[in-house]
Amino acid sequence: MSKLSTWARFKKAPIDNPVKTMIITVLICFVASLFVTFSAIKLRPIQKTNTLNDKRKNILQVAGIYEEGKTIDEMFENVEARVIDIRTGEYTTSVNSDYDEITGAKDPETSRALTKQEDIASIRRQSFYKVIYLVKDSSGEFNKIILPIHGYGLWSTLYGFVAIGTDANTIYALKFYSHAETPGLGGEVDNPNWRAQWKDKNLFDDNGKVAIEVVKTGASGKYQIDALSGATITSTGVNNLVRFWVGKNGFGKFLKTTKDQGIQ
Amino acid sequence: MAKTKDIIFDPLVDNNPITLQVLGICSALAVTSSVTTALIMSISVTLVTGFSSFFIASIRNFIPSSVRIIIQMVIIASLVIIVDQVLKAYAFNASKTLSVFVGLIITNCIVMGRAEGFAMKNPPITSFLDGLGNGAGYSLILIMLAIIRELLGAGKLMGFEIFKTVNNGGWYIPNGLLLLPPSAFFLIGLIIWAFRTWKPAQVETPVFKIRSSDGGNH
Repeated sequence: MSKLSTWARFKKAPIDNPVKTMIITVLICFVASLFVTFSAIKLRPIQKTNTLNDKRKNILQVAGIYEEGKTIDEMFENVEARVIDIRTGEYTTSVNSDYDEITGAKDPETSRALTKQEDIASIRRQSFYKVIYLVKDSSGEFNKIILPIHGYGLWSTLYGFVAIGTDANTIYALKFYSHAETPGLGGEVDNPNWRAQWKDKNLFDDNGKVAIEVVKTGASGKYQIDALSGATITSTGVNNLVRFWVGKNGFGKFLKTTKDQGIQ
Repeated sequence: MAKTKDIIFDPLVDNNPITLQVLGICSALAVTSSVTTALIMSISVTLVTGFSSFFIASIRNFIPSSVRIIIQMVIIASLVIIVDQVLKAYAFNASKTLSVFVGLIITNCIVMGRAEGFAMKNPPITSFLDGLGNGAGYSLILIMLAIIRELLGAGKLMGFEIFKTVNNGGWYIPNGLLLLPPSAFFLIGLIIWAFRTWKPAQVETPVFKIRSSDGGNH
């Protein structure tokens, strides 16, 4: 009886009654959140596959073996994922090849904080484990190594890959798959003409020191890349992150072993 | 029914949200550098305007007027998140190029404008059609801009080469300005000029009369 009368009173109350306003607002928000939650959860698996496939597509593109019309799984058969421990530069089985480096870099067990002097790529923490990709040619021989690299540009962290030859020195290509630099300026890191400069450049000089650099004007020789015009900070960021990752705190040890002994 | 037809077709030219009401300009500058992104943005905005108007109109008699804007925002924002999720699942590449602009549909004045100005006072089906009509009016301008910008700026339409550019060994020197957002301002200005020449009723009466310098009224 009392329940009914409460309901009746609620119905009769003016629409601007504070209690009624509260109840209606909460109810509408609740229903709206149900819709949002439902769509987010239902679509998550498809979105995850998309993100993974996008990353794999970028790996294939940087390796220069991406073809329209073939499925990504099919093309990825020629690519082998390996995990290396950058402290030793050797392969490891401590984590699987689906290891997520971004979450790994936050975990003190699998990462370390970089000191200011070391951290030229502004990434703060670095994961010990890195998933690299080895690409085979049609006869099944390894012919390229793909290293994941990242670092800070102007607005955002740029995530990308650099493909290098089996001599662990000659660059084949460089490509970023995720960044939020200014379109038209820093965003030109995606420009194929600019990226083409990286091909056949060398990472190290004859003494094994990191020699690759992005320079403001007049790039020449086999170690220099012309910076992007109007994007000084992004260019410096790219310079730093490439030098960081091929240097001694990055893949330095692994690259040296590979240079001396070839791909294991 | 002539009235239903008016609700849908009026916003295309006679009461176009961009050219007459001058709403939704920000996204019209940002997403019209290629036809594909403009199309996806158009569909998203049309659906969001249509359905938000529909839901708001269905509960319009229960919305307390003191919090009506917040409730409209909740409904619009939820729909936009759903659209964003669907795009990420089924049109991943497009969602990457659209990036923040899908999220910014929430702040698109057209959606709020129709919710507050029409859906709060009209029944659901009429409001739904009004939403779709306004979305279509927005889409029309977006696609016009995108066709001009992509064709002259990159020599392509929907990614297919129409004019062979000099870089690819052809004859066409692309006009890079058209790929930058300010060019959309010039184009929208030209479109508004064309529309108002065609339909003089759209010309606003001047707020001030310009006087001649000697003080007389010539």
